[in-house]
Amino acid sequence: MQLDDLYRRVIMDHYKNPRNRGTMNEESVTINLNNPTCGDRISLQLQVVEGKVTDAKFSGEGCSISMSSASMMTEAVKGKTFDEALAMAEKFSALMKGDPVEFDEYEELDALSGVNKFPARIKCATLAWNALRKGIEQQQESH
Amino acid sequence: MNINAIREQFPILHQDINGHPLVYLDSAASSQKPRSVIDAVNRYYELDNANVHRGVHTLGSRATDAYEGAREKVAKLLNAGAPEQIIFTRGTTTALNLVASSYARSNCGEGDEIVITPMEHHSNLIPWQQAAKATGATLKYIPMQPDGTISLEDIEKTITPQTKVVSVTYVSNVLGLINPIKEITQIAHRNGAIMVVDGAQSTPHMKIDLQDLDVDFYAFSGHKMCGPTGIGALYGKKSLLNKMEPIEYGGEMIDFVDLYESTWKEIPYRFEGGTPIIAGAVGLGAAIDFLQEIGLDEIDRHERQLAAYAYEKLSSLDGITLYGPKQNRVGLVTFNLEDVHPHDVATVLDSKGIAIRAGHHCCQPLMRWLNVSATARASFYLYNTEDDIDRLADALLQTKEFFGHAIG
Repeated sequence: MQLDDLYRRVIMDHYKNPRNRGTMNEESVTINLNNPTCGDRISLQLQVVEGKVTDAKFSGEGCSISMSSASMMTEAVKGKTFDEALAMAEKFSALMKGDPVEFDEYEELDALSGVNKFPARIKCATLAWNALRKGIEQQQESH
Repeated sequence: MNINAIREQFPILHQDINGHPLVYLDSAASSQKPRSVIDAVNRYYELDNANVHRGVHTLGSRATDAYEGAREKVAKLLNAGAPEQIIFTRGTTTALNLVASSYARSNCGEGDEIVITPMEHHSNLIPWQQAAKATGATLKYIPMQPDGTISLEDIEKTITPQTKVVSVTYVSNVLGLINPIKEITQIAHRNGAIMVVDGAQSTPHMKIDLQDLDVDFYAFSGHKMCGPTGIGALYGKKSLLNKMEPIEYGGEMIDFVDLYESTWKEIPYRFEGGTPIIAGAVGLGAAIDFLQEIGLDEIDRHERQLAAYAYEKLSSLDGITLYGPKQNRVGLVTFNLEDVHPHDVATVLDSKGIAIRAGHHCCQPLMRWLNVSATARASFYLYNTEDDIDRLADALLQTKEFFGHAIG
C-alpha cells in the first residue's frame, strides 16, 4: 500500500488550490449531496445553456480526495454537452473499478486512478460525479 | 492484569496490516473477540444446535439451556435482578427502538415531553424523534456545557412534570465522558418520567449495577464487549414490560392463536418473536465469562490509564484539537489534526497498520455542536497498550509531515 499512489501531487494541488470553488449568482442548477457514511457534503452548481454545461462551481466539506475530485470534475465538464459529461462520469466509474481508462479531455483526472486501491475512499472520489449525474438527469427529466 | 496473556487470547491481533503489526484502536465501533467466544459459538453449532423452547429432543433442551443460561449471565453482569427482565435483541439500536415504539408510543401524547441530549448516537435520537412525531409529544434536549458535559442544573430545568421519557447515553461514543445517570434517573422519577439508558459504550468497559442506578430501561450490544455481532439486550423493569405491547408478531412469542385473536406469552418471550439469536446469545455468555474473569473494574482502570496517557501524549502534538473533557473520561480520544481531514488521517494511519475511526460516528447533531463535519477517534480496550498509543502518536506526526509536505 503506497500512500503516494493515492495522494499524488496533482490531487494535493487541487485540494490546496481548488478550482471553481464558490457559488454562482446566475440562475443555475443546484445539487446538494451528502456521503452519509462519513459526513462529506457537496453543493454543486451548474450553469446550463441548451443542453450544455457552460459553468460549474462547488462548495462543501470533505477530505482531500472528495474535494480535489470535485475541483477536477468541475474543470473537466465545463463546456461539455450533457451526453459528453455523462460519458465522462461513466468513464470515471470505470476508473474507480480499476479499468484502464484515460481522460484525454482532462488528463489530470488520471491522477485519481490510485483511489481504486483504497476501497474505503472510492465513495469520496465519486461524490462530485454523482452530484453531476443527478443534476443532469434532473435537467433531462424536466425538459 | 497481564496484557500479554490477554492479547494472546485474541487471534486477530496477531497479524500484519499493510506491512506493519496491527494496532487496533476502533473497539468503540466493534471490539475484537477472544478465542473462548469464537470457540463457544463453534461448539454450539458443532454439538448443541437446535431450535429453542419447543423440541422435546435432547438437542432442543441443550440449546434452550444455553440460550437461557446466557440470559442469566446478562442479568448477573448488570445486577439486573430477575432474568426475565432481559430481552435479547439484535443490539442497542433494536433495543432502543423497542422502547420508543412500544412504551413511548402508548404512553406519550400531545403536551408530553421526551428528553434527550445532543450527544446521543443516532440510535438514541431518531427513535425518539419518530416517537415524538407519531404521538405529538415534544422532543427536548438537555443543553451541553462547553466541554460537552451536562449540568445538574440544566437537567433539573429540562425535565418537568410533563416529561414522560428521559433517554440518555451512559458514555458518549465521541466525547468519552460519563453522564450522571443515577442523578438524572432520580430527577426523572421525581417528575414521573421513566429513565432509558443507552449502555452501548458503558457495558463493555465498567461495572454496571442496574438495581442501584434504578433505571427503567437499559440497552447494550454484544459485539462491543467481545461478543458476536447481531446480539444485544434490553433490560426493562418487569412492571413496565408486563404492560407493554410487542412490536413483532409471529412464532415463539404467542400464548394462544385463533383465527381473529391471539394472546402473548409472558415476558421476555413476547418481545422475542421468531427464532432467536441463539448462537449469538451463547457467544455473548462466553464474552461475559471472559470479561468477568478479568474483572470489569480492572478493565475500567486499565482503559482510564490508557485514555489519560493518550490525552497527554496527543495533546502535546502541534495543531491537534482534542474533544471532550480532560477529566473523568473513558478509553477513547476524539481529535482532529489541523488542515488534514480525518479521512485522510485514517488512511495514512491504516497504511501504517493502525485502525482508527473517522467520520461523524453516527452523531451528526453532536458534530454540528462541535462545529466540525467529522473527527478522528482512537478507542481502547483491554488488549491495548501504551505502546499502541506511542505508535498512534508517531504515526500522527508522520501524517502531519506527509500532508505538510504534500500540500506545502
